[in-house]
Amino acid sequence: MTALPTCRELISFLHEYVAGELPPPQAALFEAHLARCPSCAAYLASYRRTVELEKEAFGAEPEEPPRELLDAVLAIRRR
Amino acid sequence: MPASAPRSVHAPAPPPVPPTAPDADAALLARLRAGDDAAYGELVRGQTPVLLRLARRLLRDEAEAREAVQDAFVAVFRNLAGFRGQARLSTWIYRIAVNACLARLRVRAAQPEVDVDALLPRFLPDGHAAEPSVPWRPDAALERSEVCARVRECIDRLPETYRTVVMLRDIEELTTEEAAAALGISPGAVKVRLHRARQALRALLDPWMREERA
Repeated sequence: MTALPTCRELISFLHEYVAGELPPPQAALFEAHLARCPSCAAYLASYRRTVELEKEAFGAEPEEPPRELLDAVLAIRRR
Repeated sequence: MPASAPRSVHAPAPPPVPPTAPDADAALLARLRAGDDAAYGELVRGQTPVLLRLARRLLRDEAEAREAVQDAFVAVFRNLAGFRGQARLSTWIYRIAVNACLARLRVRAAQPEVDVDALLPRFLPDGHAAEPSVPWRPDAALERSEVCARVRECIDRLPETYRTVVMLRDIEELTTEEAAAALGISPGAVKVRLHRARQALRALLDPWMREERA
Protein backbone atom coordinates (compact mmCIF):
# COMPACT_ATOMS: atom_id res chain seq x y z
CA MET A 1 0.00 0.00 0.00
CA THR A 2 1.65 3.25 -1.13
CA ALA A 3 -1.36 5.53 -1.46
CA LEU A 4 -3.40 6.76 1.49
CA PRO A 5 -5.83 4.08 2.61
CA THR A 6 -9.55 4.61 2.19
CA CYS A 7 -11.78 4.62 5.25
CA ARG A 8 -12.75 1.04 4.42
CA GLU A 9 -9.11 -0.08 4.23
CA LEU A 10 -8.17 1.73 7.42
CA ILE A 11 -10.98 0.23 9.46
CA SER A 12 -10.30 -3.22 7.98
CA PHE A 13 -6.76 -3.10 9.36
CA LEU A 14 -7.59 -1.21 12.53
CA HIS A 15 -6.89 -4.23 14.74
CA GLU A 16 -3.35 -4.51 13.41
CA TYR A 17 -2.81 -0.75 13.73
CA VAL A 18 -3.98 -0.65 17.36
CA ALA A 19 -1.82 -3.68 18.16
CA GLY A 20 1.24 -2.02 16.64
CA GLU A 21 1.55 -4.79 14.07
CA LEU A 22 1.51 -2.67 10.92
CA PRO A 23 4.83 -2.09 9.17
CA PRO A 24 6.01 1.48 9.80
CA PRO A 25 5.39 2.72 6.25
CA GLN A 26 1.81 1.45 6.37
CA ALA A 27 1.28 2.85 9.86
CA ALA A 28 2.49 6.23 8.59
CA LEU A 29 -0.10 6.14 5.79
CA PHE A 30 -2.78 5.27 8.34
CA GLU A 31 -1.77 8.22 10.49
CA ALA A 32 -1.82 10.53 7.48
CA HIS A 33 -5.39 9.41 6.76
CA LEU A 34 -6.40 9.84 10.41
CA ALA A 35 -4.99 13.38 10.38
CA ARG A 36 -7.38 14.40 7.63
CA CYS A 37 -10.42 12.21 8.35
CA PRO A 38 -12.39 13.22 11.47
CA SER A 39 -14.75 10.26 11.03
CA CYS A 40 -11.96 7.66 11.12
CA ALA A 41 -10.22 9.52 13.95
CA ALA A 42 -13.47 9.37 15.95
CA TYR A 43 -13.93 5.69 15.06
CA LEU A 44 -10.40 4.84 16.22
CA ALA A 45 -10.88 6.71 19.51
CA SER A 46 -14.18 4.94 20.19
CA TYR A 47 -12.72 1.56 19.17
CA ARG A 48 -9.88 1.99 21.66
CA ARG A 49 -12.30 3.24 24.31
CA THR A 50 -14.49 0.18 23.71
CA VAL A 51 -11.60 -2.12 24.62
CA GLU A 52 -10.83 -0.04 27.72
CA LEU A 53 -14.47 -0.19 28.77
CA GLU A 54 -14.50 -3.97 28.40
CA LYS A 55 -11.58 -4.21 30.83
CA GLU A 56 -13.19 -1.76 33.26
CA ALA A 57 -16.46 -3.67 33.22
CA PHE A 58 -14.73 -6.98 34.01
CA GLY A 59 -11.63 -5.80 35.82
CA ALA A 60 -12.53 -7.10 39.29
CA GLU A 61 -9.89 -8.80 41.38
CA PRO A 62 -10.48 -12.51 42.05
CA GLU A 63 -12.78 -12.91 45.05
CA GLU A 64 -12.42 -15.37 47.89
CA PRO A 65 -14.36 -18.40 46.57
CA PRO A 66 -17.29 -19.81 48.53
CA ARG A 67 -16.27 -22.27 51.24
CA GLU A 68 -18.60 -24.93 49.86
CA LEU A 69 -16.83 -24.80 46.47
CA LEU A 70 -13.42 -25.31 48.06
CA ASP A 71 -14.82 -28.21 50.09
CA ALA A 72 -16.39 -29.72 46.98
CA VAL A 73 -13.11 -29.54 45.06
CA LEU A 74 -11.11 -31.08 47.90
CA ALA A 75 -13.72 -33.83 48.17
CA ILE A 76 -13.05 -34.71 44.50
CA ARG A 77 -9.57 -35.80 45.39
CA ARG A 78 -10.79 -37.95 48.23
CA ARG A 79 -13.09 -39.96 45.96
CA MET B 1 3.11 -3.24 23.47
CA PRO B 2 -0.03 -5.17 24.43
CA ALA B 3 -2.00 -6.71 21.62
CA SER B 4 -5.09 -4.72 22.60
CA ALA B 5 -5.56 -1.13 23.65
CA PRO B 6 -3.44 0.23 26.50
CA ARG B 7 -4.68 -0.81 29.93
CA SER B 8 -7.06 1.59 31.62
CA VAL B 9 -5.75 3.35 34.72
CA HIS B 10 -9.12 2.69 36.38
CA ALA B 11 -8.94 -1.10 36.35
CA PRO B 12 -5.50 -2.57 35.72
CA ALA B 13 -6.05 -6.14 34.69
CA PRO B 14 -4.18 -8.70 36.78
CA PRO B 15 -2.39 -11.53 35.01
CA PRO B 16 -4.56 -14.56 34.26
CA VAL B 17 -2.87 -16.62 36.99
CA PRO B 18 -0.67 -15.67 39.88
CA PRO B 19 2.94 -16.28 38.79
CA THR B 20 4.82 -18.90 40.80
CA ALA B 21 8.56 -19.35 40.74
CA PRO B 22 9.72 -22.53 38.97
CA ASP B 23 11.37 -23.71 42.21
CA ALA B 24 8.16 -23.24 44.16
CA ASP B 25 6.28 -25.08 41.39
CA ALA B 26 8.67 -28.01 41.53
CA ALA B 27 8.43 -28.20 45.32
CA LEU B 28 4.63 -28.10 45.30
CA LEU B 29 4.47 -30.66 42.49
CA ALA B 30 6.71 -33.04 44.45
CA ARG B 31 4.47 -32.71 47.50
CA LEU B 32 1.33 -33.24 45.41
CA ARG B 33 2.75 -36.39 43.83
CA ALA B 34 3.70 -37.64 47.29
CA GLY B 35 0.02 -37.33 48.26
CA ASP B 36 0.54 -34.45 50.69
CA ASP B 37 -2.97 -33.33 51.77
CA ALA B 38 -1.77 -29.88 52.80
CA ALA B 39 -0.27 -29.39 49.33
CA TYR B 40 -3.63 -30.18 47.72
CA GLY B 41 -5.27 -27.67 50.00
CA GLU B 42 -2.73 -25.02 49.02
CA LEU B 43 -3.22 -25.76 45.33
CA VAL B 44 -7.01 -25.56 45.52
CA ARG B 45 -7.11 -22.42 47.68
CA GLY B 46 -4.45 -20.77 45.52
CA GLN B 47 -5.97 -21.47 42.11
CA THR B 48 -9.73 -21.45 42.71
CA PRO B 49 -10.21 -17.64 42.90
CA VAL B 50 -8.76 -17.02 39.43
CA LEU B 51 -10.47 -20.08 37.93
CA LEU B 52 -13.84 -19.10 39.37
CA ARG B 53 -13.48 -15.55 38.04
CA LEU B 54 -12.65 -16.96 34.59
CA ALA B 55 -15.61 -19.35 34.68
CA ARG B 56 -18.01 -16.63 35.80
CA ARG B 57 -16.87 -14.43 32.92
CA LEU B 58 -17.20 -17.13 30.29
CA LEU B 59 -20.34 -18.89 31.53
CA ARG B 60 -22.32 -16.01 33.10
CA ASP B 61 -24.02 -18.47 35.44
CA GLU B 62 -22.86 -18.98 39.00
CA ALA B 63 -23.90 -22.62 39.30
CA GLU B 64 -22.32 -23.56 35.98
CA ALA B 65 -19.19 -21.60 36.83
CA ARG B 66 -18.74 -23.55 40.08
CA GLU B 67 -19.33 -26.84 38.25
CA ALA B 68 -16.79 -25.88 35.58
CA VAL B 69 -14.20 -25.20 38.28
CA GLN B 70 -14.86 -28.65 39.71
CA ASP B 71 -14.64 -30.16 36.20
CA ALA B 72 -11.26 -28.48 35.84
CA PHE B 73 -9.90 -29.87 39.09
CA VAL B 74 -11.13 -33.36 38.20
CA ALA B 75 -8.96 -33.11 35.08
CA VAL B 76 -6.06 -31.61 37.04
CA PHE B 77 -6.02 -34.37 39.64
CA ARG B 78 -6.41 -37.05 36.96
CA ASN B 79 -3.54 -35.71 34.82
CA LEU B 80 -1.17 -34.47 37.49
CA ALA B 81 1.05 -37.53 37.26
CA GLY B 82 1.61 -36.85 33.57
CA PHE B 83 2.41 -33.13 33.95
CA ARG B 84 6.00 -32.66 32.75
CA GLY B 85 6.57 -28.99 33.68
CA GLN B 86 6.26 -27.82 30.08
CA ALA B 87 4.50 -24.74 31.46
CA ARG B 88 4.01 -23.20 34.89
CA LEU B 89 1.71 -25.35 37.01
CA SER B 90 -0.76 -22.47 37.38
CA THR B 91 -0.74 -21.86 33.59
CA TRP B 92 -1.42 -25.54 32.93
CA ILE B 93 -4.32 -25.53 35.40
CA TYR B 94 -5.71 -22.31 33.90
CA ARG B 95 -5.71 -23.83 30.40
CA ILE B 96 -7.58 -26.86 31.72
CA ALA B 97 -10.17 -24.50 33.22
CA VAL B 98 -10.57 -22.63 29.92
CA ASN B 99 -11.25 -25.95 28.19
CA ALA B 100 -13.72 -26.96 30.89
CA CYS B 101 -15.65 -23.73 30.37
CA LEU B 102 -15.60 -24.00 26.58
CA ALA B 103 -16.85 -27.59 26.79
CA ARG B 104 -19.88 -26.37 28.72
CA LEU B 105 -20.48 -23.55 26.26
CA ARG B 106 -20.49 -25.99 23.34
CA VAL B 107 -23.43 -27.96 24.73
CA ARG B 108 -25.43 -24.98 25.82
CA ALA B 109 -28.71 -24.10 24.11
CA ALA B 110 -28.52 -21.11 21.76
CA GLN B 111 -29.24 -17.73 23.37
CA PRO B 112 -30.73 -14.67 21.64
CA GLU B 113 -27.85 -12.93 19.87
CA VAL B 114 -27.29 -9.86 17.73
CA ASP B 115 -26.34 -10.12 14.07
CA VAL B 116 -22.69 -9.03 14.05
CA ASP B 117 -22.67 -8.34 10.31
CA ALA B 118 -25.43 -5.79 10.75
CA LEU B 119 -23.28 -3.93 13.29
CA LEU B 120 -20.15 -3.60 11.16
CA PRO B 121 -19.47 -0.22 9.52
CA ARG B 122 -20.72 0.26 5.97
CA PHE B 123 -18.85 2.04 3.20
CA LEU B 124 -19.61 3.83 -0.03
CA PRO B 125 -18.21 2.53 -3.34
CA ASP B 126 -15.34 5.04 -3.06
CA GLY B 127 -14.31 3.62 0.33
CA HIS B 128 -15.62 6.46 2.49
CA ALA B 129 -17.70 5.65 5.55
CA ALA B 130 -21.41 5.57 4.70
CA GLU B 131 -22.20 7.05 8.12
CA PRO B 132 -19.42 9.26 9.56
CA SER B 133 -18.46 8.42 13.13
CA VAL B 134 -19.15 10.92 15.88
CA PRO B 135 -16.85 11.46 18.88
CA TRP B 136 -17.94 9.88 22.15
CA ARG B 137 -18.71 11.90 25.26
CA PRO B 138 -15.82 12.39 27.68
CA ASP B 139 -15.72 10.01 30.65
CA ALA B 140 -16.59 12.68 33.18
CA ALA B 141 -20.06 12.97 31.63
CA LEU B 142 -20.92 9.35 32.42
CA GLU B 143 -21.72 7.46 35.61
CA ARG B 144 -19.12 4.71 35.86
CA SER B 145 -21.39 2.03 37.31
CA GLU B 146 -23.93 2.69 34.58
CA VAL B 147 -21.25 2.45 31.90
CA CYS B 148 -19.99 -0.87 33.26
CA ALA B 149 -23.51 -2.28 33.41
CA ARG B 150 -24.19 -1.17 29.85
CA VAL B 151 -20.93 -2.68 28.58
CA ARG B 152 -21.65 -6.01 30.25
CA GLU B 153 -25.14 -6.04 28.79
CA CYS B 154 -23.80 -5.36 25.28
CA ILE B 155 -21.14 -8.04 25.58
CA ASP B 156 -23.83 -10.50 26.67
CA ARG B 157 -25.70 -9.80 23.43
CA LEU B 158 -22.78 -10.82 21.21
CA PRO B 159 -22.90 -14.28 19.61
CA GLU B 160 -21.14 -16.83 21.79
CA THR B 161 -18.18 -17.29 19.43
CA TYR B 162 -17.48 -13.55 19.47
CA ARG B 163 -18.13 -13.08 23.17
CA THR B 164 -15.70 -15.86 24.04
CA VAL B 165 -12.92 -14.31 21.98
CA VAL B 166 -13.49 -10.93 23.65
CA MET B 167 -13.35 -12.56 27.07
CA LEU B 168 -10.22 -14.58 26.37
CA ARG B 169 -8.27 -11.86 24.53
CA ASP B 170 -9.40 -8.52 25.94
CA ILE B 171 -10.48 -9.51 29.49
CA GLU B 172 -8.37 -12.55 30.38
CA GLU B 173 -5.53 -11.18 28.18
CA LEU B 174 -4.50 -14.46 26.61
CA THR B 175 -2.22 -13.99 23.63
CA THR B 176 -3.63 -14.58 20.16
CA GLU B 177 -1.82 -17.91 20.01
CA GLU B 178 -3.12 -19.01 23.44
CA ALA B 179 -6.69 -18.07 22.54
CA ALA B 180 -6.35 -19.88 19.19
CA ALA B 181 -5.12 -23.04 20.92
CA ALA B 182 -7.94 -22.89 23.47
CA LEU B 183 -10.61 -22.34 20.83
CA GLY B 184 -9.18 -24.77 18.27
CA ILE B 185 -9.00 -22.12 15.54
CA SER B 186 -6.14 -20.38 13.75
CA PRO B 187 -4.51 -17.22 15.13
CA GLY B 188 -5.73 -15.42 12.02
CA ALA B 189 -9.30 -16.46 12.79
CA VAL B 190 -8.90 -15.18 16.35
CA LYS B 191 -7.78 -11.78 15.06
CA VAL B 192 -10.66 -11.53 12.59
CA ARG B 193 -13.21 -12.61 15.16
CA LEU B 194 -11.84 -10.22 17.80
CA HIS B 195 -11.83 -7.26 15.43
CA ARG B 196 -15.44 -7.96 14.34
CA ALA B 197 -16.49 -8.43 17.98
CA ARG B 198 -14.92 -5.12 19.02
CA GLN B 199 -16.57 -3.34 16.09
CA ALA B 200 -19.94 -4.85 16.95
CA LEU B 201 -19.56 -3.91 20.61
CA ARG B 202 -18.56 -0.39 19.63
CA ALA B 203 -21.67 -0.15 17.45
CA LEU B 204 -23.89 -1.32 20.32
CA LEU B 205 -22.39 1.29 22.65
CA ASP B 206 -22.25 4.12 20.12
CA PRO B 207 -25.82 5.47 20.33
CA TRP B 208 -25.46 5.79 24.09
CA MET B 209 -21.88 7.05 24.21
CA ARG B 210 -21.81 9.60 21.43
CA GLU B 211 -21.83 13.31 22.04
CA GLU B 212 -25.13 15.06 21.61
CA ARG B 213 -25.41 16.84 18.29
CA ALA B 214 -25.80 20.62 18.50
